[in-house]
Amino acid sequence: MNGFYTLFKKEVLRFWKVAFQTVSAPVLTALMYQLIFSHVLRSHVDAYPGVSYTAFLIPGLAMMSMAQNAFANGSSSLIQSKITGNIVFILLPPLGALEFFAAYLLAAVCRGLLVGLGVLVVTAWFGLPLPAEPLWALAFGLLGCGVLGTLGIIAGIWAEKFDQLAAFQNFLIMPLTFLSGVFYSINSLPPIWYAASHANPVFYMIDGFRYGFFGQADISPWLSLGVVGASFVALATLALWMIKTGYKLRH
Amino acid sequence: MTSAISIDGVSKRYGALQALDSVSFNVEQGEFFALLGPNGAGKTTLISALAGLARQDRGQIRIMGHDTVAAARDARMSLGVVPQELVFDPFFTVREALQFQSGYFGLRRNDAWIDELLFKLGLTEKANANMRALSGGMKRRVMVAQALVHRPPVIVLDEPTAGVDVELRQSLWDFVQELNDAGHTIVLTTHYLEEAETLCSRIAMLKRGRLVALEDKDTLLARAAKREVALKLSGELPTALAPLHSRNEDGRLVLTLPSLADLEGVLATLRNAGLEIRELSMLETDLEHVFVSMMNGEQV
Repeated sequence: MNGFYTLFKKEVLRFWKVAFQTVSAPVLTALMYQLIFSHVLRSHVDAYPGVSYTAFLIPGLAMMSMAQNAFANGSSSLIQSKITGNIVFILLPPLGALEFFAAYLLAAVCRGLLVGLGVLVVTAWFGLPLPAEPLWALAFGLLGCGVLGTLGIIAGIWAEKFDQLAAFQNFLIMPLTFLSGVFYSINSLPPIWYAASHANPVFYMIDGFRYGFFGQADISPWLSLGVVGASFVALATLALWMIKTGYKLRH
Repeated sequence: MTSAISIDGVSKRYGALQALDSVSFNVEQGEFFALLGPNGAGKTTLISALAGLARQDRGQIRIMGHDTVAAARDARMSLGVVPQELVFDPFFTVREALQFQSGYFGLRRNDAWIDELLFKLGLTEKANANMRALSGGMKRRVMVAQALVHRPPVIVLDEPTAGVDVELRQSLWDFVQELNDAGHTIVLTTHYLEEAETLCSRIAMLKRGRLVALEDKDTLLARAAKREVALKLSGELPTALAPLHSRNEDGRLVLTLPSLADLEGVLATLRNAGLEIRELSMLETDLEHVFVSMMNGEQV
């Protein structure tokens, strides 16, 4: 327990010590998306009945930022530790696979939630209502960060070089998060893209998170919860297996 | 008594490279043990296997009786490792690094011991400095402290003095000697053979993944101690002594004697031949000599 708590605390401090870069910067980026897209698309995109585009945009942007930062936390911490070699200080002590995984995961979730909260706070004046279904919003916030945080741990363990991690981030995470209905309702998409969006787990996170705020979404929140929850279980199983067998960590 | 380290038939292959080939030996509790061998001999692979950083393909390793695979948690609690590479976490201070390391081993409130370690290793003034701001030697000291936070009975130092200044080397050895005196088992690898010779009581030598020597230091030195005597004479060496003549060194003739007792016969022969001895000295054998002979495949 104490090993887990120490590693968790270290991982939180690691990003907190550079919070300007790890928390403030993504919040500012999201604010700029909000400013630009709400200005350009205000009169063009139909959101839900009674929900302005500018308000519609906010939960999506928050969830996208949460996802990207939860991914970034574990992945960048692990790759840096592997490349500089200081991962040895974590591999030498008797930390169990579950302790290792849970510590990196919860730190990633903390960063994701912190960024998400920051985005909501700075963009709320664009007309964000109080959450209609706060428990749904919280559930999708936590699970969404959990899925991407786990994916970050997997990528961090798998990647041997910074450019491999960058490829993972730019060619997988970025398209998944951008093409997930952050900026539009998927009901406005042509059929093929509408279908493709349903294969993207991030779409379900954003749709579910949005349901938490507006009480309406493109699909049932229960379906979204099922997809996001199953993704988490599958990825967590993979990550735990990697840590337990020492995949690319112990030779 | 349980061996501090017990290595039994350990083999490890990386692709085409047989890094360890059926290595077996024990290190007893309280020993100061040296593991020697040229680069690529398998020393670091063996240490990685001890520490659970690598897993052997075959064989078994126990630390204080705990199997490194089946009882990994107990094995790791019993072992402190100072890795060869100079590594550190640039986000934290010296004290934070040591507090985290304690926590990973499940230790709360370890500050009294951390303070003692900082003091013993001359780090007290640097306790709140960021790791990045430390010199290489200082970082190395922190790594030693990190290996000791959980007071492990067995301590492995993988070339701890490589690239470290003379002053630190001495103070580090004093501290390690102190730990050994307090009952800790010490295993070290080093490139400086005189360090092994001064500090260690027993020596293992690895070559291409195989154990080529495992001896008490004195036995190893004595076995290799072909007595050599260097002479400067007033004339030619008598033919009777030619078989003993091994080489010339600095204008002196070096004779190899099967034992010290043979020196008397040599002197008698020289006297009978009417030769005057202008200079005579005995050549000492050191670990380096033994090491080079072993690595060249000579039987010593």
